[in-house]
Amino acid sequence: MSNEEMVARLSVSVGERDHVSGGSSAAVTLVEYGDYECSHCGEAYPIVKAIQSEMGDKLRFVFRNFPLAQAHIHAQDAAESAEIAGEEGKFWEMHDMLFEHQNALTEDDLIRYATEVGADPETFSEELRGHTRKERVREDFLSGVKSGVNGTPTFFINGVRFDSSWDKETLTAALNSAG
Amino acid sequence: MSETTSVLKPGEKAPDFTLQSGLDDTITLSELKGNPVILAFYPADWSPVCGDQIVLYNEILSEFKAHNATLLGVSVDGAWCHAAYVTNSNLNFPLLADFEPKGKVAREYGVYRDQDGLSERALFVIDSEGVIRWSFVSPMGTNPGADGILSALKALKTGGETK
Repeated sequence: MSNEEMVARLSVSVGERDHVSGGSSAAVTLVEYGDYECSHCGEAYPIVKAIQSEMGDKLRFVFRNFPLAQAHIHAQDAAESAEIAGEEGKFWEMHDMLFEHQNALTEDDLIRYATEVGADPETFSEELRGHTRKERVREDFLSGVKSGVNGTPTFFINGVRFDSSWDKETLTAALNSAG
Repeated sequence: MSETTSVLKPGEKAPDFTLQSGLDDTITLSELKGNPVILAFYPADWSPVCGDQIVLYNEILSEFKAHNATLLGVSVDGAWCHAAYVTNSNLNFPLLADFEPKGKVAREYGVYRDQDGLSERALFVIDSEGVIRWSFVSPMGTNPGADGILSALKALKTGGETK
């Protein structure tokens, strides 16, 4: 059922503002729009991790926020918390921590995780309560909407939305053939 | 894939309707004239959250409002079902019950499915004069997202009316 008009593409290319993991000159870029409180994203998390370790420098992985905040009450704060930790260079540590503790994302939990990953607890709490990264998260969200993100997780491979199943075999095969 | 051929197209007048919205209210389309309306027909309440069209639109209401557009969800579910779904999913826009006679409005827009008694997953963007400016029917299992709606609303502003 391939229909050229239906191919959704990233409306905002990967750039300076993104959190990027993996080789900067990688042939393949995988972008995920995700929600830390979404159980499907939680299932995708170890799959992406495994693929990253298998593909090494051949893969560049980017995570953008797509919190369904009205449905998942902790999703917005969780997204902001990773961004705040990111200001101290701890984005990926916090990202991993959140997905590994999806069912415990209260404010106290977030502050505890931030401390564990090495962010300054006082600054972190202040920024979390002041919602200093709220706009940043919304920008991610809207870039997703404009790119045809219709649920979480949504993946893009080299800028094109990946509509197949994201089980490890299928996703790996798609990434390898894109490189 | 069977295709609905009678879907109302851009340029056609949007058929007026009055449907129950919530347990005690009704909404009449023609009373919303003066601003754009987004009609989102969908098969049924209670889809799983993470990929759900209605839940997604609920997160984007402020973008629709930036275009002064009103979003109306329409399905053949009854008002009590809608009310429970609205509460459960914390929805902040009305879901209309196209329930009695069943699917009447969906039929008028050409998006009723006789084979299963549901409406298509169909979107209409209606301008401030009550004329359809964009329509789209998505495969039943595919959440069409919101990018098409946002582009259509933008086009209303830029390419639209010269009056």
